[in-house]
Amino acid sequence: MSQTITIDPVTRLEGHGKITIQLDGQGEVESAHFHVTQVRGFERFSEGRPFYEMPGLMARICGICPVSHLIASAKACEAIMSVRIPHTAAQLRRMLNLAQMVQSHALSFFYLASPDLLLGMEADPAVRNVLGVAAAKPEMARAGIALRRFGQHIIELLGDKRIHPGWVVPGGVTEPLAAAKRDEILAMLPEAYANVGLALNVYKQITDEFRDEIEVFANFPSPYLSLINEDESIEFTDGALRLIDAEGNTIEDGMTAARFAEVIGEAVEPYSYTKFPYYKPLGYPEGCYRVGPLARLNIAKTMGTPKADVELAEFKQVAPGPVASSFHYHHARLVEIFYGIEKIEEILADPKILDKHVRATAGVNRLEGAGQAEAPRGVLHHHYKVDENGKMLWANLVIATGQNNNAMNRGVLQAAKHYVKDGKFTEGILNRVEAVVRTFDPCLSCSTHAFGQMPLALELVSAAGEVQDRIRRD
Amino acid sequence: MSVDTDVKTLVIDEQEVSARSGQTILEVARENDINIPTLCHLEGLSDIGACRLCLVEIKGSNKLLPACVATVQEGMEVSTDTERLRKHRRTVLELLFAERNHVCSVCVSNGRCELQSMAQEQGITHIRFPYRHAAYSVDASHERFTADHNRCILCLRCVRACAEVEGAHVWDVMGRGIDCLLITDLHEEWGRSTCTRCGKCVQVCPTGALFDKSKIGSDHPKYPDFLPFLNLMREAQ
Repeated sequence: MSQTITIDPVTRLEGHGKITIQLDGQGEVESAHFHVTQVRGFERFSEGRPFYEMPGLMARICGICPVSHLIASAKACEAIMSVRIPHTAAQLRRMLNLAQMVQSHALSFFYLASPDLLLGMEADPAVRNVLGVAAAKPEMARAGIALRRFGQHIIELLGDKRIHPGWVVPGGVTEPLAAAKRDEILAMLPEAYANVGLALNVYKQITDEFRDEIEVFANFPSPYLSLINEDESIEFTDGALRLIDAEGNTIEDGMTAARFAEVIGEAVEPYSYTKFPYYKPLGYPEGCYRVGPLARLNIAKTMGTPKADVELAEFKQVAPGPVASSFHYHHARLVEIFYGIEKIEEILADPKILDKHVRATAGVNRLEGAGQAEAPRGVLHHHYKVDENGKMLWANLVIATGQNNNAMNRGVLQAAKHYVKDGKFTEGILNRVEAVVRTFDPCLSCSTHAFGQMPLALELVSAAGEVQDRIRRD
Repeated sequence: MSVDTDVKTLVIDEQEVSARSGQTILEVARENDINIPTLCHLEGLSDIGACRLCLVEIKGSNKLLPACVATVQEGMEVSTDTERLRKHRRTVLELLFAERNHVCSVCVSNGRCELQSMAQEQGITHIRFPYRHAAYSVDASHERFTADHNRCILCLRCVRACAEVEGAHVWDVMGRGIDCLLITDLHEEWGRSTCTRCGKCVQVCPTGALFDKSKIGSDHPKYPDFLPFLNLMREAQ
């Protein structure tokens, strides 16, 4: 008799998702799916609005990575305006995006993932949360809170608001940086370095305890996609896209946002509201690739900053070619936090950073435009079409979580096959299947409100639809 | 000592005040630092009593009068802040919010909107009426400005500023009731109308209905206070 195990909702993610595991007559895992069960509709209700409203409107998609949407959207608008923004504006946006990456990665690592890593996959679910971490490892909880505050405070200093700052506009930013704010950010850097240093040390000490998980947490060869600079260094805001294959060979390089739609297709599966982007020449699903911290570190040859480069070199020792296990997303995230802090320091030393010229202006000069940036979770692409008055006719967004969708599904199946045997499972096994998804830090509804312990129900349902067994976590 | 017959004495909120004959209750109240909320009223423009926020109670009468157009009478006893009036004002504002699409978070005037601040001032925390979610047009045909009718509250400040101060009378109104719509010329697109591109209508618009192109959020302060000075300068000439 076949059975279905349902994990609904999956906890410690941003947004609402569900996992179903289908068992065959022998109780072995037949298939497993990660479902995104909500629909948003931003692409549709932006139609008819003036295009320059898009950054502010699209940023509302996400409470954690609004800055990435602001930047990708503003860049799409700038393609419509056909302008190049002033150097200082580009640097300020780069800093804003890095600040957001630091706070978002801190949320993912310390709040959502560290309960599994520090307390153990089998720990009592009643304490396996950020408060449990605060009780058992207070210095780690403090570091996480401080790093999140560091990133959010920079966003607030630059954009006036921690969430949904209106500072990024088509053409640049609305206000230049004041010297006092620059000095305030500089003063925060030493503590931020210390906190990420602590986390990296702790993480490296505990990695060995998770050899089993590393083996089966979405561990398979795949292509990777991320932004990269011409000098082969990691990039979050400008640069161009590079796609590498599982061996690390470059398949596509110098991909601008305008070329994205030529190369990347989007498939649809009936069980999820999230699409499945793939590299067209390889087809679907073979052309599905991974994005995010793991992809960025696999593709970058250098971080471009000296201290983070030491960490990158250590990261690359994990495997001779691209690092394949998604468990290492956690490590990559910490390396990127380190880079973010170092790069912010470098940007603040730019002699033109206080320049007052931070905005270019223009009307509608093209009827179509696309923009891209690295969100904390990976490549983010906005593509717009407008009429001659600048009113939106069409929008398409390709978000990072979608691009990891195939890998998350494969990862859930891989872990379920490894852990669920003879139709039997425990709460710890269930948590491991969820933890596979957490490595990707997917942003489903894009709201910061869903962290922590949410009610979770797991049911064994017979083919006839009868509930055979039930575990409930409140 | 003879008493000037042009001076009226009245009571506003239990305070004895004097006024010149022909002054409105609103004018006299503001001269005496008594606050009466308004939306369609703007210094420098004629008053039309459109928004009904400035309704006041007059002792001995069941009718509520709009303070911006009701003139003072000798011995009048006016109340500007009673429970009945507060209820009326909240209802007026809630109906405005329910009628068109006022989504503050993504509006160009967020944080600088007179409708938004008035709602805060009147203690509005939610809208009891179902939202209509009507789809009004957005006119982006003008080179410099955009008109988003979804955010229009029909205060007609733009119509008055254009006709009375600029002297162009490009803006006007068509339709009735919920079909009321601001139009330029005889319902031409704004960009093809006889608009002089002075921008006064944008500056006096209390919401994000009329705004500078390419401006969003904190980027878009408005300065409606210039009108009385403009009028003064013109009278001086």
